[in-house]
Amino acid sequence: MKPPPFDYLAPASLEEAVEAMARYGDEAKLLAGGQSLVPLLAFRLAGPGVLVDLNRVRELDYLRDDDGRLVIGAMTRHRTVQDLPGLRRRCAMLAEGVESIGHVAIRNRGTVGGSLAHADPAAEWPALALALDGECEVVGPRGARTLAVEELFVTYFTTTLEPDEVLKEVRLRLPAGRVGSTFVELARRHGDFAIAGVGALLALDDDGSVGDARLVLIGVRDQAVRARAAEEALVGSKPDDAQLDEAVALVDGAIEPSDDLQGSAAYRRHVAKVLARRALVEARGRAERRGGGDGGPA
Amino acid sequence: MAGRRELEVSVNGRTLRGQAEPRTTLADFLRDQLGLTGTHLGCEHGVCGACTILLDGRSVRSCLLLAVQAEGHELTTVEGLAAADGSLHPIQEAFSRHHALQCGFCTPGFLMSVCELLADEPAPTEQEIREHLSGNLCRCTGYQNIVEAVQAAARQLREAPAVEGGPAR
Repeated sequence: MKPPPFDYLAPASLEEAVEAMARYGDEAKLLAGGQSLVPLLAFRLAGPGVLVDLNRVRELDYLRDDDGRLVIGAMTRHRTVQDLPGLRRRCAMLAEGVESIGHVAIRNRGTVGGSLAHADPAAEWPALALALDGECEVVGPRGARTLAVEELFVTYFTTTLEPDEVLKEVRLRLPAGRVGSTFVELARRHGDFAIAGVGALLALDDDGSVGDARLVLIGVRDQAVRARAAEEALVGSKPDDAQLDEAVALVDGAIEPSDDLQGSAAYRRHVAKVLARRALVEARGRAERRGGGDGGPA
Repeated sequence: MAGRRELEVSVNGRTLRGQAEPRTTLADFLRDQLGLTGTHLGCEHGVCGACTILLDGRSVRSCLLLAVQAEGHELTTVEGLAAADGSLHPIQEAFSRHHALQCGFCTPGFLMSVCELLADEPAPTEQEIREHLSGNLCRCTGYQNIVEAVQAAARQLREAPAVEGGPAR
């Protein structure tokens, strides 16, 4: 239950961090909030030769609005996002998703970039970033590149980031207008990893039909997933109960749950669809009560 | 780079020195190097909350921080709650009065989490209390008396004039 020995570097800037990763590459591991990596070290499931700690890289801790997008520095703590004034009104799914991350002490320390790069299939950030058309800025020894969050996840705890690359920021597009959204989870205890979780967002046109739909799920396959077929079935439709049922049925094709100690694959599949329906009903209600902006509770 | 190094950290308003390897957790450093054994270690992997302390006023699990990461930050441990004359902090007083502990192993972590809660929200609802303390496990009390103690401490802190020093007094 004690981490194995490792060399430790605490760069003060992104440039220094990139240099360190260029020098040590495969041998090195980046330490962000440490809420997943430090337990892995304690269990000795991870044993990097060099730990490159990003916690002194202050330039990666920021939240800003840029042309309708919320830009989040990789070392921004979950708690900082949770405390952003007006977040619930702007995007209830984002606010409720972040509130669902672990417990307060975890949110005080864990980071947005750490969660994305860790790629836990039951974590909230990968799903939130997928749902909000996230875009990542990545910096490495070969320069900077931008990639869609859609292109980030490969499978369990695996991303397309190169071993020497550093995630710099994620940019989210928060839909405006007559929008309603929510994030719901089922967990054995409050703050535990979800057995399944769903984020839903509906934007309604003036005539009440669906102009835009997002449906994301966690805990039900090897990575967070957007239920594209369900989204497409909703867009252009009148979102009555029958239409929501049809969309929920299409979730089946997007998920591949597996058995574990918390429940069977069949149970997870059932829970995912119950939560998807619940989330869509809530998102619809919030959108309908709303003239513009996102439909978080008042 | 992996060897022991001298560290200087600020704990409960005092600057303290000790030695740590990079892999030494903050919890082990507090206990083994600084002798601050009030911070307890239960699971050592960020599940039980027993080792919760405050870092710059925010609750953190000291088993998930490295000691080397604490330099430059202000730490508060359970030893920082009671006054210099030994009189208990109102939160400790309430835990005692309301029988919010039995074996007491988890108590330091609970006390520190409650400190953060009451600093942010002087009049929390029962739901807010339960949610804020959801990362602290207690196997004795069933939590009911802990919730009652927090409500009592909140009332006490709202009514009592602020006392010099110490967090959230």
